[in-house]
Amino acid sequence: MTAFVDGPLWNFALLVFLLGIVWRLFSIVKAGSKPDYSVARRSAGSGAVMTLFRRFLPRRDMAPKIRIHTVAGYMFHLGLFALLLFAAPHVLFLEQHLLGVGWTPMPYWAFIVASQLAFAGLLLLWLRRLLNPVTRLISDADDHIAAILVFVVMLTGCLALMEEFTGLRVLHRFTVELLMIYFPFSRLMHAFTFIPSRAFTGAWFGRRGVDA
Amino acid sequence: MSERLEKGLQAMRTQVDARVVSFMSTCVHCGICAEACLFFTETDDPRYTPIYKTEPMRKLWSREYTFWGKLATTLGLRRPMSEADLADWERLVYDGCSMCGRCSMVCPLGVDIAYVIRKVKEGLSAAGYSPEDLVAASERARTIGSPMGVTAKTLEATIRAQEKESGYPVPLDVQGADYLCLLSSGEIAGFPEFIGSLAKIFHHADVSWTLSSEYFEATNTGVQLGNSKLAAELVERVVTVVEKLGVKTIISPECGHAYTTIRWDAPNFIGRPLPFKVVQIMELLDQLREEGRLKTSTTTQQRLTYHDPCNISRRGGVLQQPRHLLGMVAPNFVEMADHGDMNWCCGGGGGVSSNERANPLRLQVFGAKKRQLDEVGVETMVTACSNCRHMLEDGLEDNDMEIELIGVTELIAENLTETKPLPPSPA
Repeated sequence: MTAFVDGPLWNFALLVFLLGIVWRLFSIVKAGSKPDYSVARRSAGSGAVMTLFRRFLPRRDMAPKIRIHTVAGYMFHLGLFALLLFAAPHVLFLEQHLLGVGWTPMPYWAFIVASQLAFAGLLLLWLRRLLNPVTRLISDADDHIAAILVFVVMLTGCLALMEEFTGLRVLHRFTVELLMIYFPFSRLMHAFTFIPSRAFTGAWFGRRGVDA
Repeated sequence: MSERLEKGLQAMRTQVDARVVSFMSTCVHCGICAEACLFFTETDDPRYTPIYKTEPMRKLWSREYTFWGKLATTLGLRRPMSEADLADWERLVYDGCSMCGRCSMVCPLGVDIAYVIRKVKEGLSAAGYSPEDLVAASERARTIGSPMGVTAKTLEATIRAQEKESGYPVPLDVQGADYLCLLSSGEIAGFPEFIGSLAKIFHHADVSWTLSSEYFEATNTGVQLGNSKLAAELVERVVTVVEKLGVKTIISPECGHAYTTIRWDAPNFIGRPLPFKVVQIMELLDQLREEGRLKTSTTTQQRLTYHDPCNISRRGGVLQQPRHLLGMVAPNFVEMADHGDMNWCCGGGGGVSSNERANPLRLQVFGAKKRQLDEVGVETMVTACSNCRHMLEDGLEDNDMEIELIGVTELIAENLTETKPLPPSPA
C-alpha cells in the first residue's frame, strides 16, 4: 500500500493535477473572445493588472458587511499556504522529489499557529456556507466535497506530523493525491482561474475608465 | 426537448466566451455579491443573489463544457436542462435585476456577474421567457422607432413647444452639424425641458448641433430584452442617420443605458468600429466648461446631491464630469455615502422600468436609495438619466418624500449667464 501511494498513485495524481489544470486553462482560451471595436478610454492592460491586485482586499464601502467572510477567508488561505510551502516535511518533500532546492522551514510553533488559522478559517467558511441562507441556496455538492477534502488533507497532515507513524504519513499522502485528482475538475480551480477572471473584468472596466 | 428550449439553449451557447468560462470556473459561491445587490438587501430573499440569477448559464456550462458534466449527462446521471430552468428564472432576471453591475464591483474573484446575466437574457428572450411589456416595447422600437411609440411628429411638436418655452431655436435635420443629439423617448415624453436646455446651452456656447427626425431614439430595447440581433438593427439605424446627416459626433443624452449601448456595446453589436465619435452630454458640457465656453452667473443655494446613473458612472466611466458641472452651480452639493462607481441603483435599469409587473418590487428596492437620501438630508436630487429620474420620482412619491428632482443639463441651463441677445422667437 505504501509503495502504491508513494509510487504509481502519486505519479498518476500529479499527472492528472498538472494536465487537468492546463486543460482547464486552455478551455478558457478555447472559448475565444470577440474583438472589442469600441474606442478605449483607458488601457485595458493596466485595468487588468489593477483589478488583479485590488480584489485581494474588499472595497472599503463593502468591508463592514463581509467582515467575517474576509477574515475567515484570509485565515484559511494564509494558513493553508504557510502549511503547504513552509511545513518542514513539505519543504523536504519538495526539495527531494520535485524541485531539487529547499528553503528554511517554519518553526514548530509557527506550524501550530498556521494550522489553527487554517482550520478555524475553513470551519468558519464552511459553517457560513451551511448556515447563511444565501450560501446555502447557491452552494452545490462540489463546494462541500472540496471543503471536506481540504479539511481531511489538513487533518491527516497534522496527525502525520505529530505522530512518528508511517501509516499516518501514507494516509496524508493518499488524501493529498485524492485532492490533486479532484482539483482540476472542481471549483478548487479558482486558485488559478481567479487570474483570468479578475483580469478580464479589470480590462473591461479599464477600457471604460472605471477602477474596478 | 421542446423547440423553444432548444432555441434558448442555442442562444446561450452562442454567448459562451472566454470570460463566461473563466467566470463560471472561478465562482466559489461565497455569496458576497448578495450584499451589493439592492434586490437582495431590500427583500432579504436569497433568490435575488446576483450569481444565482446566472444559474441557467452555469447549468448549461457545467453540462456541456465540463468533464464531469459531459460525462454525467452522457451516462444519464444528470437530468438534462428543462424549460423550467429558463422559465423559473424569467422573473429573477428581468424583474429582479436592474443590470446595475454593483455585484461585479465586489466579487473577490473578479466575476462580472452583470455580464453573465446579460447573456442569460439572450437565452430567455430567444426561448420566449421575457416580460410581455418589454417584448411590446421592443416591437414598437422595431416598427415605430421608439419603445414608447413616440413618432417624428410628436418630436417635432415637442421641439416647437420647447422653442417657444426656452426662446431658443432647436435645429432639426441640419446637414453637416458638428453634433447630432439622440434623445430617449422618456425625455421627449417626460422631460422635454432637456431639449430647451440644450438649445439654450448650445446657443450660449456656440455649438453646432442638430436633432434628427428620421431616427432620434437613443435607447436600445434589444439590450434590455437580451436580443443582440435587434440591438444591432437599432444601432444600424443610428449609423444610417449619422451618415446621411454627415455629422462626426453624436451626443448621448441623459439616459444611462443609451450611453453604454452606443458608446461601448454598439460597435460590437454591428461587428465594426462606429464611423463617428460618441460623447455623453455630461462629457460635452464638461468639455465646454473646461474651454471656458460655459459661463454661469447664478447658483442654486439648495442642499443637493447627485444620483449616479449606473450605466453612465459605474459601467460607463463618466464619473467626474457631472461633479465638475455641479461645482459651478451648486455650492451646497453633498455626496451620498455610496456614490460614484458604488452608487445604489434607482431600481429601474435594465428594462425593469418598462416592465409593469415589476413595479411593486421596484418600489420595494427603492429602500436602498431612500436610506441614502435620509442620511444626507437634501432638498434636491440631481441626476443625468431620464429613466432614473422617472424611477426616482416614483420612489419619492411612494415614500412621501419631498425632494425635488432635476437633470444636470437643466440645472446648468438655468444658471447660465445671458451673454448673447436672445434670437428672434421661432415662428
